[in-house]
Amino acid sequence: MAEKILLKGNEAMAEAALRAGCQVYFGYPITPQSELIEYMAKRMPEIGRTFLQAESEVAAVNMIYGAACTGTRVMTSTSSPGFSLMMEGVSYIAGANLPAVFINVVRGGPGLGDIQPAQSDYFQGTKGGGHGDYRLIVLSPATIQEAVNMMFDAFDLADRYRNPVLIIADGLLGQMMEPVELPDFITPDRIPNHEGWALRGKGSREQHTITSFDLDPVKLEEMNLKNYETYQKIQENEVRYEEYLMDDAEVAFVAYGTMGRILKTTIRLAREAGIKAGLIRPISLWPFPEKPIREAAEKVKMVMSVEMSMGQMVEDVRLAVSGKVPTPFYGRTGGIVPTPTEVFEALKREWEALV
Amino acid sequence: MKGIVAFKRPDALTSKEFTYCPGCLHGVAHRLVAEILDEMKLTDQTIMVAPVGCSVFAYEFFDVDGTVAPHGRATAVATGIKRSLPDRVVFTYQGDGDLAAIGTAETIHTANRGEKITTIFINNAIYGMTGGQMAPTSLVGMKTTTSPYGRKADSEGYPIHVCELLQNLNGVAYLERVTLLTPRDIITAKKAIKKAFTAQVRGLGYSLVEIVSTCPTNWGLSPVESLEWAKQKMLPEFPLKVFIDKVGDVK
Amino acid sequence: MNRPVQKYHSTIISGFGGQGVMLIGQTLTSAAMMEKLYVTWIPSYGPEMRGGTANCTVVIDETPIGSPVIDRPTDVIAMNIPSLLKFEKTILPGGTLLLNTSVIDREPTRADIRVYRVNAGEIAGKIGSDKVANMVILGAFVGITRVVSLESVRLALEKKIGEKRPELLAMNLQALKAGENAIAGQ
Repeated sequence: MAEKILLKGNEAMAEAALRAGCQVYFGYPITPQSELIEYMAKRMPEIGRTFLQAESEVAAVNMIYGAACTGTRVMTSTSSPGFSLMMEGVSYIAGANLPAVFINVVRGGPGLGDIQPAQSDYFQGTKGGGHGDYRLIVLSPATIQEAVNMMFDAFDLADRYRNPVLIIADGLLGQMMEPVELPDFITPDRIPNHEGWALRGKGSREQHTITSFDLDPVKLEEMNLKNYETYQKIQENEVRYEEYLMDDAEVAFVAYGTMGRILKTTIRLAREAGIKAGLIRPISLWPFPEKPIREAAEKVKMVMSVEMSMGQMVEDVRLAVSGKVPTPFYGRTGGIVPTPTEVFEALKREWEALV
Repeated sequence: MKGIVAFKRPDALTSKEFTYCPGCLHGVAHRLVAEILDEMKLTDQTIMVAPVGCSVFAYEFFDVDGTVAPHGRATAVATGIKRSLPDRVVFTYQGDGDLAAIGTAETIHTANRGEKITTIFINNAIYGMTGGQMAPTSLVGMKTTTSPYGRKADSEGYPIHVCELLQNLNGVAYLERVTLLTPRDIITAKKAIKKAFTAQVRGLGYSLVEIVSTCPTNWGLSPVESLEWAKQKMLPEFPLKVFIDKVGDVK
Repeated sequence: MNRPVQKYHSTIISGFGGQGVMLIGQTLTSAAMMEKLYVTWIPSYGPEMRGGTANCTVVIDETPIGSPVIDRPTDVIAMNIPSLLKFEKTILPGGTLLLNTSVIDREPTRADIRVYRVNAGEIAGKIGSDKVANMVILGAFVGITRVVSLESVRLALEKKIGEKRPELLAMNLQALKAGENAIAGQ
């Protein structure tokens, strides 16, 4: 077992990405993810990888598009306003079936917002953000170790499905320190070479072309339907979630990322007070873990969503629950992180109203 | 008796027929680039980035690996490709709206970084594909569908001079403005394109060839009239010139 | 290994920017990691840093940590008056408040917590530098709570500053020990 070391979330994700085979990084500084780009700037030249600070997020995402066209493992990291700027490029990358990894260390919004932790980019990540019929695979870690392991998963998923993967973290996870164990660098043979489609100069083969468009609507529909076949496979195979104390739960919390983690302490307070609470923590936000939530709704009295937003994921929770039990919501916005006690108080109010 | 090949399609072009309007000079520009790729034996190792605009399908005409960038972002996409595969030849092919309006930031910063790529810049002072709207290079007084009363300097500003802007950036290795109005112009343009790719192959920095071109369809002129109009109106505004040459003599 | 009496500790360490509160927290975090405990460290950052206090929160446990965000800490280290005003009221009953009396010249009001006082500035001055006041405080905190052993803190500190500034290490270690001694009678 490798020795544990103490790392900030942003640094840990950066180092893990490199160990997961990220060869090229393009990005633009923005708080609260700047440690990530700074880490890449320092570390990548040391190990013979390529780092470039772009002139904007718009340029960065298109550099990602270019690098992804060559079948090279490539990523960027940004925070909310920066990810908004990348949306056009993300749509192109999805439309062109290119593998790439994005990290959005979410901060308070809308607009310039602030630099405190938030989860108010859930809609943007899971419901589009950019234009057109496309899906991102969206993952969200709750601990730094999970974030580290997720980087490997993210690159593998991007390559396997030729689809961009988005990791939604938040300012708290980015700034937090926690002991982590870093997996070894993966060996090059574990990275698919994409010889069959990548742009590398045609040599003696036929030319390869990569586009995200077809002006013939019949053909574009075919293209989109083919993408949706891939999305369906992703939904069947790549749902990830954690259940915590759900066996005897009467209340199921649903929360992801940092909020999911905070709720574990709330649940301890609730159980001490005699409320049997448990947690379903979506790890993949898309595909959304609809099934375990639907099944939980058959046996609990209430499914309560908690978010660092005014309520975005809660819409997916309510779709899954389909009105079987009450689905209250508690959230704070603008960069306020709900505390364990505060959520416990909210739970008590909802619970007392119910029983 | 054995025939001799006097004229043939360059290997760097596919057999697909050009879909450009009658009299459009894209075909000439494509052919010149393809001839240079063949002559320099670069075709097999070249990756091209087509823009959004009339030449959005350029990747279908060039028989090289290729993609289409979002509008204005061709040099950023090319940067991503080149940084991933530094030993390949990468070029962008862009129009005036793409390169000098929506993509201005990418153009300037790619040039300033001295990105080892080549840009072929077609300046015909109008948006072709979307139907004749005003371009950043449209001439003062020029009527377009979005400047129906003629471009007015006091509200829409003056035509932007891309080469004159870029010539102050240290990252640029080759920069020339040419045109394709006469056979002599075409010979000059071909030499410029060769120098631009030579700059890239030698790793000297960014290279750009601006081609002052025409748009008979959206200018509302016949192909022959277009050539004359370009000569009378465009060339005084966009004088032909070698702005930067760090390549030197090329055989 | 010297196991802490109380396994779970959630500690808010707060003071002015420049008092080294982040380093107190990180050193404590490293020491906990060396003892193979679960631990999280979160800083206040951004606008929170301006004015009143800079603070960080360290949670240490023997089982995986739920919330790294703590509104009711078991312990507070207050390095200045705004920190005392802000965090005294949040401490869990029976919890610990450690005051840096070289800056704080007033008394806490709660009777249901244990209060310790260390004149860190004066002790640090005697050792040779005001800058090691933070390590005096950390030594005192470890002495009070025994959440980790002083030996682990020493190792953590060696790793943290020993590599870059070995000349400062001896003074910091002296400060730790002096801090532990300072709460001996309390």
